[in-house]
Amino acid sequence: MKATSYPQGQSEDFAFTQENLRRAETVIARYPADRKSSALIALLDLAQRQNGGWLSVPAIEYVANYLEIAPIRAHEVASFYSMFNDQPVGKYFIQVCRTTPCWLRGSDGITETCKKKLGVGLRQVSEDGLFSVIEVECLGACANAPMVQINDDYYEDLTPERMAEIIDALREGGDVPVGSQTGRLSSAPEGGPQTLLEVADAKPAEGAKPGEGA
Amino acid sequence: MLHDRDRIFTNLYGQDDWSLPAARRRGCWDNTKSLVELGRDKIIEMVKESGLRGRGGAGFPTGLKWSFMPKERGDRPAYLVVNADESEPGSCKDREILRNDPHRLLEGCLVAGFAMGANACYIYIRGEYFFEGSQIQRAIDEAYEAGLIGKNAAGSGYDYDIYLHRGAGAYICGEETALLESLEGKKGQPRLKPPFPAAVGLYGCPTTINNVETIAVVPEILRRGVEWWTGLGRPNNTGTKIFSISGHVNKPLNVEEEMGIPMKELIEKHAGGVIGGWDNLLAVIPGGSSVPCLPATTCTNILMDFDSLREAQSGLGTAAVIVMDKSTDIVAAIARLSHFYMHESCGQCTPCREGTGWMYRVITRMIRGEAEIEEIDTLLDVTYQVEGHTICALGDAAAWPVQGLLRHFRPEVERRILDYKKTQQAAD
Repeated sequence: MKATSYPQGQSEDFAFTQENLRRAETVIARYPADRKSSALIALLDLAQRQNGGWLSVPAIEYVANYLEIAPIRAHEVASFYSMFNDQPVGKYFIQVCRTTPCWLRGSDGITETCKKKLGVGLRQVSEDGLFSVIEVECLGACANAPMVQINDDYYEDLTPERMAEIIDALREGGDVPVGSQTGRLSSAPEGGPQTLLEVADAKPAEGAKPGEGA
Repeated sequence: MLHDRDRIFTNLYGQDDWSLPAARRRGCWDNTKSLVELGRDKIIEMVKESGLRGRGGAGFPTGLKWSFMPKERGDRPAYLVVNADESEPGSCKDREILRNDPHRLLEGCLVAGFAMGANACYIYIRGEYFFEGSQIQRAIDEAYEAGLIGKNAAGSGYDYDIYLHRGAGAYICGEETALLESLEGKKGQPRLKPPFPAAVGLYGCPTTINNVETIAVVPEILRRGVEWWTGLGRPNNTGTKIFSISGHVNKPLNVEEEMGIPMKELIEKHAGGVIGGWDNLLAVIPGGSSVPCLPATTCTNILMDFDSLREAQSGLGTAAVIVMDKSTDIVAAIARLSHFYMHESCGQCTPCREGTGWMYRVITRMIRGEAEIEEIDTLLDVTYQVEGHTICALGDAAAWPVQGLLRHFRPEVERRILDYKKTQQAAD
């Protein structure tokens, strides 16, 4: 089970911004009128984003009030799901996948690189507030192992050296391409697809970029 | 090897654009109205005849599952829920459908939902798949705009809505009733069955839960015909399947292949072979973390389908092939999985809540050999006490990797225990 404590840190009042109020209503409209508590996870996620990446007690209880449910119902959901953080995280929240498929390809080295490079233990925020690191269970990108999730994005096919470079680039405010760090196309084999070669007029995907919400 | 012309997921790697015009060019939403016009009974009959079995791990016959839904539409709505919670370690196939070919899934949602009499569909996606969820939402918006879903969906006269629902991190939400709880805004803890979701599901209404890949292949089975599908694979193990190949291979990948392809061919032709060659293979977990591992000797001749792998006391699961070469500490590899199940147990049933932690602690000592020989049997006994004694299959899934380890690598565990004793005695 997820190891949780009661939310830590400062606890200021919380209320959705106008933008998030609008988003909340869009989400609630997906469910039958008498079932709006279905939107609880989505609204806690909105609250966490607005609150800088973690859920304070006032934020959780604001969402409960907003959905007209008992505060404990929101607390039990916030403490159950691994993506809800009960303490502050860095601006760049690095989640290293530790499960067997990533471990077989060197995830321990990725975790060690993060800890050493940032001078932090797991769950600690670096002094400049920019980074924190945790290990998580399988993120579902096993054919591109080892990999980490930083905020909303996946960084795949990592080596310790590349992980260190990514940290440096983020610290300096630079752009790091998301996805495979060796230039692979999704989970096609290294060197390019060996199947689907007959598929006509293939061209690179355009339009949406990873990281754009909807 | 499967011909490209028989592959359904022609944009598996995102070589082409994901959006509607490109998806139409690849054959999605091609006269979907005519599929709906086959009628509920005919669609279910065809899916039954195709022998399609669920692609989410359990391999339950899909047509049969749909037939459990009420025949007549009552006062209550009915739902199709798509399980896009892909979280089984080793499995990363649905992700490619979600981000690169979302319209293939959406078309399946309409056709399958119609066949089972659903009014609406929720696609439950794991929260970590942020980009993939956004892709699905963009595709949903496109499909509404084009009149493919919503009122008079695709000109079929049928009204049908599709919604995205994001999770927030919990493997257990891939269990279908835990998923429903989560969709209702609660902790993802599995429900007691019966009643089954087809009678009492989402919001107490008739509901069917299907995996992404299962739903996405349905329109092509109907379009190309049952005979095309049953011509691939062998009876009871028909069609194509996306395999995720990870671990110690030269070129890890996802690939759509024919059901029943020999494991060795799959690994050598598509994944560039085992690192160091086939003779360097130690073991393979053939269907995602929940199924028992197989030793190299078994892997040489085994076929990748439901029945072959079950005969070998393992399973096809989600067809996530985790390859381990001889450099692997196999006890540590399985201990990692035990840690996973301990972390993901929802805590509702005592055998799983306590047993997963207990198994993890004992097997972790066994990595170093810090155990008594008798504890091997005690560990095995605990796996049998967890297995079959919980509300959902997570308890079984936690027990099987340990059982697989002890079935095939018991001498290795014993050796470590004896070696550890020797070093202790030498130190004394």
